[in-house]
Amino acid sequence: MMLLACLLVVLGMALTLIRAVRGPTVYDRILAVNVYGTMTVMLIALLGFLAGRPDFLDLALVYALLNFVGTLAALKFFKHGHLGEER
Amino acid sequence: MNLAIDIASWLLLAAGGSLMVVSGLGLVRLPNVFARLHAAGLADTGGSALLLLGMALQAGWSLVTVKLVLIGIFLFFTAPTAGHALAHAALLGGISPDDKGESEDDDEDDSPDGRGG
Repeated sequence: MMLLACLLVVLGMALTLIRAVRGPTVYDRILAVNVYGTMTVMLIALLGFLAGRPDFLDLALVYALLNFVGTLAALKFFKHGHLGEER
Repeated sequence: MNLAIDIASWLLLAAGGSLMVVSGLGLVRLPNVFARLHAAGLADTGGSALLLLGMALQAGWSLVTVKLVLIGIFLFFTAPTAGHALAHAALLGGISPDDKGESEDDDEDDSPDGRGG
């Protein structure tokens, strides 16, 4: 059952990657990469259960933190043109 | 009892994975950014919650469940924040919520061999 869930999440990641590659605007790409990161967190957790190594959940937690910070940083850069240096 | 927990966990995992696939389909097929945000929310809330719940049923009461709940709480707070920031940035960036998106025959730069519509 974990294998089926893993395969479904991988299929969703493939579909999301299509939008990340051919999205017309930069916001489409950022949105697709954000969803891709969420699916990656779920895939890491499921792989931990599949391999019988629950330590993978720590990696999933760290990846969730990094995904959020990366999305907000990319959005701030494309909204303001810089990351907040002194003018 | 054990079998019932296994069946419930299997149903939750299958539903969560299916929601992930539906979210990917929506990202591919919906017309513009603001419509695609709905599909993204599907993966961020429904798919993640169902998958985490299914895995928690498999793990039982242990430290693994605590970590799963931590991941769930974190996604619960960050997904709406990221979605709102993205919608605001797209609106400020001059994208209209009314446009119908790209039609199939004017992909400007991604596909040099324009497949005729």
